[in-house]
Amino acid sequence: MRFRAKMIDIGCLNHFTRVVNTISKLTKTCTLRLTTDKLYFILSDKVANGGVSMWCELSQGNFFDEFQLEGVSTEHNEIYMDLAAENLSRALKTAHNAKSLKIKLTNKHCPCITVAIELPSLSRVSRVVTHDIPVGVIPKKLWNDFKEPSVPDFDVSIYLPPLKTMKNVVERMKNLSNFLVLEANLNGEMNLKIETDLVSVTTHFKDLGNPSWGDNGSQDSTQDRDPETMMDVKVDIRKLLQFLAGQQVNPSKVICNIVNKRIVHFILLHEDVSLQYFIPAHA
Amino acid sequence: MRCVVATSNVKVLGKAVHSLSRIGDELYFEPLSSGLALRCVNSSRSAYGCFLFTPLFFQHYDSGAPPGGLEDSGFRCKMGMKSVQTVFKSLSSLDKTVEKCEIDLNPGGNRLVFQLHCKYGITKTHNLSFQESESLQPVFQKDGYANVLRAQPRLLADTVVHFPPSLEEVNVTVSGERVQFRNHLEDEQDASKMMLTEMSLDADEFESFQVREETGITFCLKELRGLLSFAESSGLPLSMYFDQPGRPVVFGLDDPVLEVNFVLATLSDEETTTHRERNRSRPPQADTSHDDFLSDDMDSYMIAMETSAVGGAEAQPCSTGSDQRRERESDTAACSTRSDHRREREPVTAACSSGSKQQRGRESESEEEEEEELPGTPPQKRFRSLFFGSVLSPYSQGANQTLRNQEVLAEASDSDPEEQEEETAKK
Repeated sequence: MRFRAKMIDIGCLNHFTRVVNTISKLTKTCTLRLTTDKLYFILSDKVANGGVSMWCELSQGNFFDEFQLEGVSTEHNEIYMDLAAENLSRALKTAHNAKSLKIKLTNKHCPCITVAIELPSLSRVSRVVTHDIPVGVIPKKLWNDFKEPSVPDFDVSIYLPPLKTMKNVVERMKNLSNFLVLEANLNGEMNLKIETDLVSVTTHFKDLGNPSWGDNGSQDSTQDRDPETMMDVKVDIRKLLQFLAGQQVNPSKVICNIVNKRIVHFILLHEDVSLQYFIPAHA
Repeated sequence: MRCVVATSNVKVLGKAVHSLSRIGDELYFEPLSSGLALRCVNSSRSAYGCFLFTPLFFQHYDSGAPPGGLEDSGFRCKMGMKSVQTVFKSLSSLDKTVEKCEIDLNPGGNRLVFQLHCKYGITKTHNLSFQESESLQPVFQKDGYANVLRAQPRLLADTVVHFPPSLEEVNVTVSGERVQFRNHLEDEQDASKMMLTEMSLDADEFESFQVREETGITFCLKELRGLLSFAESSGLPLSMYFDQPGRPVVFGLDDPVLEVNFVLATLSDEETTTHRERNRSRPPQADTSHDDFLSDDMDSYMIAMETSAVGGAEAQPCSTGSDQRRERESDTAACSTRSDHRREREPVTAACSSGSKQQRGRESESEEEEEEELPGTPPQKRFRSLFFGSVLSPYSQGANQTLRNQEVLAEASDSDPEEQEEETAKK
């Protein structure tokens, strides 16, 4: 198994850093899947995460100038590994003015992702910083745990309001309650509600717009429904806040799919990066 | 004793205090004829910092010494660091509001008075209590060092920023034309969990790069950061003096009005060798552009993994030959507890009254060397004070010696000579 990649463009580097920072804010450890075309940061929905799961996909061609991968075998030309995103984030942190960045899979005292950053220096020889991030290579027989989640059979699909606004609202609500009800309808309306013994607070958003999904099953069933009907899901407020607060990539649009009382699914699309985040309803 | 500090220098004084606060909890204050010395040492005596402000720094300087300039006043004291920090609380406002700072001994002789004369007629007076103390002064010779590097503090600050703020110890290795900074792993830490960072700088980046001995030292980064922040704001070039591991490293700043010295203990040879052996598979990376892609062969590792039930990396066991780890003493500064590992081969002796301890220190050193020769002996976790040559051993050395020299007082009663012979024949 071999992996070697190189990044030269500062813009790509900064963008990549922002993506990794976002991932590191969402989860401590995640699975990195490398294929010849794409990189994936995956968090599968284990109980330990509170049922939250994440799937982030990047096209390597949009970031790296060189990318060489030899996976586990020729039919399965991929590599899966466990990685502490925070380490990668920290390694990239000081690379904002780097001349080049290389990432390699190495086997020093244990399997590592080695990030080698070439920095400008006062002399003709560049400064070199290397970070060895220990990783756990995941054997092929466990790869099934990390399948791409399918878009759920949602009841409502709506665009979120500006994330910053939503984050501010949810942050204030966090002080009052542990759980928040997120509800939306096909008329572009969304409400964020919390309720305690003493107080209930609702924030209303209008004219958000609903994405059209073309012809799939969900669309048919929702056409029969009254667009005013609210579908809701009750989630752990901290998980929602973690998602909202961690965003460093400014996405063009964020889609929110709700399966009534079951799960909420967020999809962020920004240029060449897509991030999906699932929060299950609180039991 | 009376000193007056004018406007912009008040901030420098404040910064010096904050810088020393990273080392320890007590500030040693000593007005000398050569200037005012502010010093600090950490609880395990493995880090020392000193700011010497010459009379030129002050608008008015009277050390209280008798006229003639030959003797010192003999007044020296120590104060709680927090109290002094409070005087120079918000550095940014010091610049803007303070016109003058006066430091006096009050008439009663029991309080050190810091008086800040600020704008708009405001005067802030701090009466700090102090304790008379011995002079805190390690003996070190900057000239005696084999390696001297000098650079703009910006260079070191840029290097240190790549290491996590929580990093305790850093290893600096110098060879020929390059110097490498690496984070040092304690024996207890699992190498397969820690992110290892390494940065190398070329000699050209330094104002002066004098290396007579290719060597590597390990010291605590935390205390150095305090000096770096001061150095950066001063813009003065920072000099680093070091040679063998075990010998303290000295960082210095020089200016006509101010002399700064930070002396940090380094890990001695034995501990660094163990670490080096463990990391033999990690060749130092001087130039990554010539990487051989083919050398990154994971296949053998993968095969081993498929056959094992566990799906995940298994760290190679790091054998250090000893599982004995002494308990951490309940010291607030994590670094100073860890520095209890350190031993000084050549103790930096202090010019002070506890001279008798030096004798004991030397004796223990020879004993220590004898013990090391015994194979399989776990490394003694003792530290030697940077200054006093005294040895404080967490394991009472006496107990260990007793075990080894113990005579068997009573043999097992059921063994008889014949059986013993058979047993030895079997072996």
